[in-house]
Amino acid sequence: MKRRVLAVAPPTLILLLLPLALSSYQLGLLTKMLIYGIFAMSLDLLLGYTGLPSLGHAAFFGVASYTVALTALRVVNNFWIDFTAGLVMAGVIGALFGLLALRTHATYFLMITMALAQVLWGIAFGWRSLTRGDDGLPGVPRPNLGISWGLPWSLADGIPFYYFVLVFFALTTALLWVIIRSPFGRVLVGIRESEARMEVLGYNVWLYKYTAFILAGVFAGVAGNLFAYYNGFVSPSYVSIIFSATALIMVILGGAGTIFGAALGAIVIVYLENVISVYTERWLLILGAIYVLVTLFAPNGLVGLLRERFGSRMA
Amino acid sequence: MTFWIIQALNGISFGMLLFLLAAGLSLIFGVMKVLNLAHGSLYLLGGYLGLTVLRFTNSFLLALAAAVLGVTLLAVVMERTVLRRIYGEELRQALLTFGFLFIIADQALWIWGGNPQTLPKPQAFTRSLQMGTIVFPSYRFLVIAVGIVMGVALWWLQERTRLGAMIRAGVDDEEMARGIGVNTPRLFTGVFALGAFLAAVGGVMGGALLGVYPGADFEVLLLAFVVIIIGGLGSLKGAFLGGLLVGLLDNFGKALFPELALFTIFAPMAIILAIRPTGLFGRL
Repeated sequence: MKRRVLAVAPPTLILLLLPLALSSYQLGLLTKMLIYGIFAMSLDLLLGYTGLPSLGHAAFFGVASYTVALTALRVVNNFWIDFTAGLVMAGVIGALFGLLALRTHATYFLMITMALAQVLWGIAFGWRSLTRGDDGLPGVPRPNLGISWGLPWSLADGIPFYYFVLVFFALTTALLWVIIRSPFGRVLVGIRESEARMEVLGYNVWLYKYTAFILAGVFAGVAGNLFAYYNGFVSPSYVSIIFSATALIMVILGGAGTIFGAALGAIVIVYLENVISVYTERWLLILGAIYVLVTLFAPNGLVGLLRERFGSRMA
Repeated sequence: MTFWIIQALNGISFGMLLFLLAAGLSLIFGVMKVLNLAHGSLYLLGGYLGLTVLRFTNSFLLALAAAVLGVTLLAVVMERTVLRRIYGEELRQALLTFGFLFIIADQALWIWGGNPQTLPKPQAFTRSLQMGTIVFPSYRFLVIAVGIVMGVALWWLQERTRLGAMIRAGVDDEEMARGIGVNTPRLFTGVFALGAFLAAVGGVMGGALLGVYPGADFEVLLLAFVVIIIGGLGSLKGAFLGGLLVGLLDNFGKALFPELALFTIFAPMAIILAIRPTGLFGRL
């Protein structure tokens, strides 16, 4: 326990104090890293712990951000209602897609998650009267907790919004940590290792996978909600296959099956995308190269590399 | 009535393109257990290469030959140098091909630009055929014919030749096939090349029908997935009938319910998936 506290303390301190030293642009980047980190961790629950390679995880992210944007813009601009609506929709879509996707295994699962996510992309792109298609929905207002809570600040500024996101990041990390170490999480890992054995042991494998699928969807929804506020804008690219693929490589680059790794992967990818975009428009090429290099040379990700070098106590 | 016949013919010709793609995907997966996510990219590349060669030579046949050769070569290199390193690891291989999808998409955008382009149709097939009130471009008949010819050739290859016997052995039990003396590494290269060949043919034929543009790779890949999910992985018959079905559904969906076009494809897919998770003819 003491070790754990010691391991968690430095990054916590850094995340708490770093904003004071950053420019507003850098702070925005850090906020984005945390949001993508939540997204990557949610996918890791599926890929890393349950062994379900989803290629359509952006579906949940996207549906949540569209829900937040649409309810905030068209129905009622109330943080609690909008945020809950986003999570509920992500969960509902998770429950729906899970029913179909979990009838399949391995390669089929990959194809079906990709295809299902594409249905949502089709809606975001094609149903113009609701989503305004490719133009997206601009002007999503940041939640103004300032008034309803009587706090001296609103979330319009970068720093309060950063801490707002940080709270969700910490909550997600903690919750996922608890879930993974709970008996439930142990069963998921068992399913990853051998589904047949867990079945024989009497576990309702399908129900465990289904629950994990929905949970991962809801956590991805948290990220989607926050991102709609972060950008003040939603577009079909939030549901796109490229975004799903980016999330997948975040998890694998960091190290599937380690929460810390997924967050690390998200940070690295956001950083790279940002740095590289300054010099060249060939970001997809770089992303593709990362895919090839990581799958060939570092299948266990950065965390895996660290472990090889420094022994298994790391991370 | 005219409307229905024309739309049906459109759907069938599109279905034949999907068949070419799905047959390759299915074959590659059946034998090598590799889900080739770059399959749509091979299609796209075939279309673009054909376009370039057509511009210089004005010969459709030459363009087809060059595109097929180029894409097949690339596939052989891909299989020999990279995919081969991680045989037996399905997820890693799928992710690897995903990397190629991005790389090819990016390079194609760089080289050929972002505007949709259409390959000129071969001279003999630029006109339309007229039968009573039905006017139908003859090129679409060519696409249908090519699809059927390829289908028959593949069936013959698989069922009637020694190579086909090896392929079937590889699909059923790769280890056993190796045990009785099938040179599986070479077989794998051959199968991957054959899949790429089919995708390239589809790319050139489709390029003259639907055009080539950034994003076409994802589009055809997804539809080929649906074909396979409906028809079943590893089944030639499944790819053929699935291709026809998806081609028809896609076409009628777009014609009848433009805003909900995707649903006409995905709803049947969901139903089939719910009843038969391995597809109509799936063996895997």
